[in-house]
Amino acid sequence: MSLLEIENLSLAIGDTPILKGIELSVAPGEVLGLVGESGSGKSMTALTLMQLLPHAARATGRVAFDGIDILAATEDQMCALRGYDIGMVFQEPMTALNPVKTIGEQVAEGIRWHTKATRAAAEERARQMLDRVGLPQAKFPLSRYPHELSGGQRQRVVIAIACALKPKLLIADEPTTALDVVLQAQILDLLRDLVAESRMGLLLISHDLAVVTEMADRITILRRGEVMEAGDTVRTLSEQLHPYTRQLAQASMHVPARAKVHAVGSAKPLLEVEGVTRDYPGRRTSLFQRAPAIRAVDDVSLSMAPGQSVALVGRSGCGKSTLARMILALDRPSSGTIRFRGETITGKSEAELKPARRDMQVVFQDPYGSFDPRQKVERLVAEPLHLLEKKPTRADCREMVAHALHEVGLDPRDMDKYPHEFSGGQRQRLSIARAIITRPKLVVADEPVSALDVSIRAQILDLFAELNQKLGIAYLFITHDLTVARAITDEVLVMHDGKIVERGKTNEVLDHPQSEAAKALVNAAPDLHRAIARKIQEQG
Amino acid sequence: MTAYLLKRLAISLATLLLASMVVFAVLEILPGDPARLMLGMNASADQVELLRNQMGLNAPMVWRYLHWVGGLLSLDFGRSYTYSVPVIDLVRERLAVSLPLALIALALSTIIAIPVGLFSASRRGRAGDTISMGAAQLGVAVPNFWFALMLIYVFAVWLRLVPAGGFPGWGAGAWQALKSLLLPAVALALPQAAILARVTRSALIEVLNEDYIRTARAKGLPYRTVLWRHALRNAMIPVLTILGLQFAFLLAGTIIIENVFYLPGLGRLVFQAITQRDLIVVESVVMLLVAAVIAVNLVVDLSYAVVDPRLRSRQ
Repeated sequence: MSLLEIENLSLAIGDTPILKGIELSVAPGEVLGLVGESGSGKSMTALTLMQLLPHAARATGRVAFDGIDILAATEDQMCALRGYDIGMVFQEPMTALNPVKTIGEQVAEGIRWHTKATRAAAEERARQMLDRVGLPQAKFPLSRYPHELSGGQRQRVVIAIACALKPKLLIADEPTTALDVVLQAQILDLLRDLVAESRMGLLLISHDLAVVTEMADRITILRRGEVMEAGDTVRTLSEQLHPYTRQLAQASMHVPARAKVHAVGSAKPLLEVEGVTRDYPGRRTSLFQRAPAIRAVDDVSLSMAPGQSVALVGRSGCGKSTLARMILALDRPSSGTIRFRGETITGKSEAELKPARRDMQVVFQDPYGSFDPRQKVERLVAEPLHLLEKKPTRADCREMVAHALHEVGLDPRDMDKYPHEFSGGQRQRLSIARAIITRPKLVVADEPVSALDVSIRAQILDLFAELNQKLGIAYLFITHDLTVARAITDEVLVMHDGKIVERGKTNEVLDHPQSEAAKALVNAAPDLHRAIARKIQEQG
Repeated sequence: MTAYLLKRLAISLATLLLASMVVFAVLEILPGDPARLMLGMNASADQVELLRNQMGLNAPMVWRYLHWVGGLLSLDFGRSYTYSVPVIDLVRERLAVSLPLALIALALSTIIAIPVGLFSASRRGRAGDTISMGAAQLGVAVPNFWFALMLIYVFAVWLRLVPAGGFPGWGAGAWQALKSLLLPAVALALPQAAILARVTRSALIEVLNEDYIRTARAKGLPYRTVLWRHALRNAMIPVLTILGLQFAFLLAGTIIIENVFYLPGLGRLVFQAITQRDLIVVESVVMLLVAAVIAVNLVVDLSYAVVDPRLRSRQ
């Protein structure tokens, strides 16, 4: 007998169909992986189960949970189910908790509401639950506020809220997407243990095939609101009978073709970083005292050759973005020097930096947030042109924008559109067009593909590889995702606690990591091949 | 927390000091000689000069400023030119009317605005929202003196529930005094409440889109509980800001409203003092109002920290 049974579920918001005839089921103690790219309807399926859909949404079909017809349930019945029999964990731990309430209040609130327990009894249970998810009393008393916790710790609190009353079904919607790989592995372990402990059903929603493969007994693959394929995880992914499944699997392991041309150390280095340190002043503990300074980057030295592609990998908070900001001269080192094309850029004024800025550009993670929505593409892509020696005429400008758009695979006519008219992948192409328009020698890319779907991500990686070959641009990729590093870089630098702890050829470091930090990253990184192999072994 | 408190306090004191300089300077520049006004048009130049010396008006400007500030600090506001009594006595008497009036109006506007904002936000786009926000729009648009006249017509002239104007004094009994403050307070509060309700609504709507609202609903809390427990407190920061800013307008509003209702309050005092060139009274009352506004905004700043724990741990 299934715990959750969805038959022929269709959903429309207004006149737009979102889900078409979804079928899936979850048994007690079972992990079902729901996989799909953005817009495939994964989250909407979850919100239908919770009946937390937007007002204009209309669902038809049958959703039965533990004998209850969810689609016909009243709001009161749903309130009794939510948080008691069905728990839910969300994607973004940084915003999932109420900033003005303590974690104790937030965990205890659901317990009090459902069990009518006294405050003291509910807090006692909340305490036990927080201990269980790895937030012990000594460091994480109930009186802590969310802003005092890191992303991974906050996600543990969200899991504690969802699992506090031992629900029969837990829905986890991209629970680890916003976390680095080491945290991801920890959170996934925690979820696995909670499922085993209380025979809870888990509906795990993810865009990441490797994550789902590691976790799920069965898998359902969605595309544009329809089920493409469903079945046993190992069989589905090892046989890859359905073309879309095959496409997803290939895209998630995609390695762009690159002819190796960059012999390290042959030419004069493009970028040299020597003994760079960055301290941030500590928090004021009283009016006259500060805590000791926080050392974000600690005596880092590195060098990059022209046209070389280097990955800077490390867990979140290891100082990699701070280092990148200093290389881009957006932040000043506390000590040490940075030379670009043989010239020192540390301590230079903005006017003196102009020629250097022309030759270094940046691509950010979020293709949604990095464009002004009220400007046309022409203006947005042309932004770095003000760095040129001579201001180009309007016609030259349009010519250069058209060329840049063409190079990133967009139509030059797109320049008269606004950013919202593009998909996520196209927008990332726009930010690459903006970065290459001044013909830079170095592009710093901060997690450039982690917000993208796997198939789009494969295309963007191809584009990076192509531009590297064609224009000889050197890349510094900042990422916690080792597949990106493996796909596109010659050399890798592993950063931990502000220091570079390991460096070498990408394949050598990733296949045979030496330092603790590198080992932790490699072991935690989800890998589809390894996950399938492990599953097959487990099942014998 | 202590650092935050001290910093806010220091900023408030600096603002007060700056305001005192501005008030003093503006009144220095304004035309009109108080000594001439007191003695009348027929007085000789010698007599005026004598009085100017007696009043210290011929001393250097800096000295007079310091003297004035020193007086304010020791609650010696000087003597009124026209009434010939200590300004502090005048102010104390008038404050007994204006302070309760302002506080009642502030309380009323909050009590009206927050439930209306909550109601509107929870029914966003539906009839209840449209009606209450339409009413709020009207409340913002209608001038308070016209509204005051309408209130007098309905409640005093027609229904005869409250007096149409005047103030019997607190000696006549608290209930009688309060009754005569009721209509003016409502007239002052409603336009403020209208603005505040709109701010509350939009702040709530923004908060209701936050992820943590979804988390709270996923716990099984009913919508109404989520609104009160999770949304309202997070929406309070913009509401408090507007509340602090409105207090200054409330005080300015008392000048008009006290004239409409013949209330012997600070507003009327300052109005009369201006027409009679009683500069020392104007200076004192304006400084008092400035101090009140700064004090209210200090309280607002401190309540941010009460509402939002993130401000408490930052310096």
